[in-house]
Amino acid sequence: MSTASHPARTDRATLALRGLGAVALAGVAATVWLGLFVTPPDEFMGNLVRLLYVHPPMAWVAFLAYGMAGLASVFYLWPRTRAERFDRLAGASAEVGVVFTGLTLVSGSIWGRPTWGAWWVWDPLLTTTALLFVLYLGYLALRRVPGDFHARARRSAIAALVAFVDVPIVYFSVDWWRSLHQAPTINLITHKTYVHGSMAWTLLLGFVSFTLVYIWLVAHRYRLAKLQDREETEGLEVALAERRAEAVAG
Amino acid sequence: MLRDAMLVAGKDLRIEIRSRVGLNQVGPFAVAVLLLFGLALGPDRQVLAPASAGLFWVAVLLSTILAVQRSYAIESADAARDGLRLSGLDPAGIFLGKAGAIAVQLLVLEAALTIGVALLYGAHLSGALVLVAACAAGTLGLTAIGTLYGVVASGLQTRETLLPLLFLPVVAPVLLAATKAWDAALAGTPGRAGGWLDVLVVFAVLYTAIGTIAFGPLLEDG
Repeated sequence: MSTASHPARTDRATLALRGLGAVALAGVAATVWLGLFVTPPDEFMGNLVRLLYVHPPMAWVAFLAYGMAGLASVFYLWPRTRAERFDRLAGASAEVGVVFTGLTLVSGSIWGRPTWGAWWVWDPLLTTTALLFVLYLGYLALRRVPGDFHARARRSAIAALVAFVDVPIVYFSVDWWRSLHQAPTINLITHKTYVHGSMAWTLLLGFVSFTLVYIWLVAHRYRLAKLQDREETEGLEVALAERRAEAVAG
Repeated sequence: MLRDAMLVAGKDLRIEIRSRVGLNQVGPFAVAVLLLFGLALGPDRQVLAPASAGLFWVAVLLSTILAVQRSYAIESADAARDGLRLSGLDPAGIFLGKAGAIAVQLLVLEAALTIGVALLYGAHLSGALVLVAACAAGTLGLTAIGTLYGVVASGLQTRETLLPLLFLPVVAPVLLAATKAWDAALAGTPGRAGGWLDVLVVFAVLYTAIGTIAFGPLLEDG
């Protein structure tokens, strides 16, 4: 089995990916350092504000990832743009999205306990995020079912589309449900404080570096998926060829 | 397309009438769920009656999974699925027919469950028009998603566990909207249900459209 069809190009891509990974991780490290040690505590929230340098970037990456997965699925379903790369991109992006949704829920919960006095409130954004988490866990479970590549890609793309259409309906109905109950509406926006100076820069750096981490992870996951597919299709042929060669030699 | 849908729905319903799986298994299952909710929440009618709309719809959701699984189980025996593909029927018609047959069964079940919540939980049945409208629109939404994911899961090895995982999170808005519409009707203020009925109708129309388009390719893949 040849190692790679275009060795020079692959090497350049690998180097670029490594560079991106280094920059992304350095950005996250800088965010943590700035967030924990350099920025001042907030006037109202105190040290709790430090969680806000990572929580919104995580949530942003989660939604970005689902948007990308939905878009790639549409491209796969559209006959003119149908290509294997869109299926792999959708899968890779959704997987990273689920990880970041989990992180968003956990970090939000940790922030919510001292701020709201509860680990969980039935806020529309929170509820939608939690449902997104299970929706896309189901999507990933569906992707893992083995079978013909195109059949799997097609049913996954349709499931991604079904989930994608569901998100605004869920958000809208939960929002309405809360407003009818007249429970104290927890508007996430009102809790935002005026960020300025080092706090604004740290938050901005958080967004940029988490987005880079997203691209880096998706690129790696995409490559891995490609290799897995190749192993599945070519692996058997290679094994058969080797077995035949053995039989001839023996 | 509609003729094909009627044919498929007729076939599925005839099988159900003759085999009585729905009557003997799905119905009693839903009643058992109602009884268990009663045990979980205690015998106090002041707790049970306000919760009856939500409990009713959770029981319907769980029964939908069983009805969908049953609907595809009858296609798995004797390579009936291949027969369906070879029959030359319009795939959109097959989708609408299977969804229609499941919807009819669920509506019968919902009628029985309505009596159940009135008897067991002491729910005061009022606003009949809203109750029926919510059942009709909600059931269409549930069966559209159920039939679509049913065909996705039916050819796969892990179908029994995959279907509920795929189905339940997507239908969360149906549970919410149908429960709120029922709450409004049972509380004697059916006028407040209007917006929730709209949500149910939008959901049903959207996913019936997606299902009608997507069903053909999915049936071929299985």
